[in-house]
Amino acid sequence: MTLDRWTAFILMGICLLYGYTAWFNMDAGLAPFMQRNPIWPSTFPKLLSLIGLFTSFIILFGLERSEPVIGDIDYRRLHEYKLGQAIGMLVLMVLYALTLKPLGFLVATASFLILGAYILGERKWIIMIPVGVIATFCVWYLVSEVLEIYMRPLPLIFKLGS
Amino acid sequence: MLEGMLIGLQTALSIKMLIVVIGGCLIGTFIGMLPGLGPMSIIAIMIPVAISMGDPAAALILLAGVYYGAIFGGSTSSILLNAPGVAGTVATSFDGYPMTRQGKAGKALTIAAISSFCGGTIGAILLMIFAPMLSSVALLFHSAEYFALMIVGLSAIAAFAGTGQVSKAVLMTTIGLMMATVGQGALFNTPRFTMGIMDLQSGFGFITLAMAMFALPEALFLILRPRNIAEVSNGDIKNLRISSSEMRSIAPVIGRQSIQGFFIGVLPGAGATIASFLGWAVERNIAKKEEQDQFGKGSIKGLAAPETANNAACTGSFVPLLTLGIPGSGTTAILLGALIALNVSPGPRLMLDEPQIFWSVIISMYIGNLVLLVLNLPLIPYIAKVLSVPRNYLIPFIMFFTLMGAYIGQNNATELLLLVAFGICATALKFANFPLAPLLIGFILGGMLEDNFSRSMQLYDGVAFIWERPMTLGLLIIAAILIVLPRWRAHRARNQHAEVADGD
Repeated sequence: MTLDRWTAFILMGICLLYGYTAWFNMDAGLAPFMQRNPIWPSTFPKLLSLIGLFTSFIILFGLERSEPVIGDIDYRRLHEYKLGQAIGMLVLMVLYALTLKPLGFLVATASFLILGAYILGERKWIIMIPVGVIATFCVWYLVSEVLEIYMRPLPLIFKLGS
Repeated sequence: MLEGMLIGLQTALSIKMLIVVIGGCLIGTFIGMLPGLGPMSIIAIMIPVAISMGDPAAALILLAGVYYGAIFGGSTSSILLNAPGVAGTVATSFDGYPMTRQGKAGKALTIAAISSFCGGTIGAILLMIFAPMLSSVALLFHSAEYFALMIVGLSAIAAFAGTGQVSKAVLMTTIGLMMATVGQGALFNTPRFTMGIMDLQSGFGFITLAMAMFALPEALFLILRPRNIAEVSNGDIKNLRISSSEMRSIAPVIGRQSIQGFFIGVLPGAGATIASFLGWAVERNIAKKEEQDQFGKGSIKGLAAPETANNAACTGSFVPLLTLGIPGSGTTAILLGALIALNVSPGPRLMLDEPQIFWSVIISMYIGNLVLLVLNLPLIPYIAKVLSVPRNYLIPFIMFFTLMGAYIGQNNATELLLLVAFGICATALKFANFPLAPLLIGFILGGMLEDNFSRSMQLYDGVAFIWERPMTLGLLIIAAILIVLPRWRAHRARNQHAEVADGD
């Protein structure tokens, strides 16, 4: 089974779950006066689930003919690309999301930029660190002073500034 | 109309707006030049900045400036590197890159800039003529027609997705519509599909989704397959002049393609990409025999055609956005999302209620095109230096701006985790060749579509509005034809093919 059919299969599962909620769970808590309405909160989702199931069925069983198109990247040869770096960057993004509040904007961002360059193969610390630190300060200054959006600059233990 | 234009002129010509337009065009060109980053990512990244400016007119002008800038930057990288940053400029590289290899990079850039300028400006004039006309028709529409019109728009986007892609595009649109139903809607006071998660109460963030659908997958693709982007030396860009005979030969091409491109841009789902390919093909077909052979080998006509057409189409795509409030492309969908975030609802009333927004955007299109020609073209040799920034530094910054964009609007770290999760899903969908723009368009239109549907259901006490309002019925029939026609034609073509094969 090709990747697009697998994807359609997963999306069909999502549509089924969504449809199940819409058809069987949502109307239970509906107030009696609402039930006289021609439209319920579940009406539109019910329609959507049917369309979604129908189209994913078409793709899953290949009813619409299409030539296999290989996009920018051939997923069957994914290991030949720099997969490790991509996964590393994704993990780094998750770490950034988790540490942004506790570590504060400045520390978290500077580490993100420096470690990001490191993951991608840069080893010139003497350039990496100043670039990361200066860029972090510039962005923080722009966001908090020019756009006036507050972001905690320092780690949680330094409560002085906030 | 004249009064509105004067208000627009006054707004657009203020110092602040001029700075915004120039800044937007420069930023757009700068980022648009990087291969792999399309206008949608750039606009998505710029949205938080635009929204925090607080002024809808300034926000829209900034984003529109970024949009033209990105298209212009995309043509520059197509011409210099044969690495289009934007799908709409792929056709530009057909003749632009051969010109660079013949040492005529400067001339190619000038032709591209002049054609873009003319395409954009003529497009803006057509927009000024057609938008008010369409607006006055649209004022007659009721919610039933709006519902039907949105269905037509979504179907057209699916229909133009390409052979064998229609059901994928429909499925993606449906998934987008489903995602729009998550959270507490305005019409019913009940939270839906939140799975008990508090953070989903207000639904998915539109900026998060836009970043996850476009910016993040593009950045991941850049990591997966490094492109050698630092191969052009800046010494190649010289002699920006073109002769008057060359100007004379491209003038009719520019005239034709401005009009053709504009009308293709107005159609939902068609947009700049189709306009530029079609423009190139049409000009090749009507060219003289000896000129025809030059196409693809560095013909100036072959360069001028797609460049004019894609800029005219960009302008054209503002027509349905400004007059009907219905985006025809991913980019205008993002603009629509930004406008909704600023409490402006685009539609036929926009021109009457907030003429300063409507007209200042149109006036800013002229200014933006002028900025690109006068400011960006001479600066190109310097802006092209961005191509020599090492990828190891560039990519962390792109990812950081993606994260910031999602964070600034919400101040909520959960949004960042959602961004990464959706980004991974979007990349997987991209591998499987599912189009992502329909998902975002569905998501942005979802709320309005359901509101209009519900309102018509309540007014007519059921689905009777479909047959009791002839215009609604007509529009829905058009939508059905749009979906079925490509499939039927493909089927017929296959059958004919089979018959021929049997005969052989």
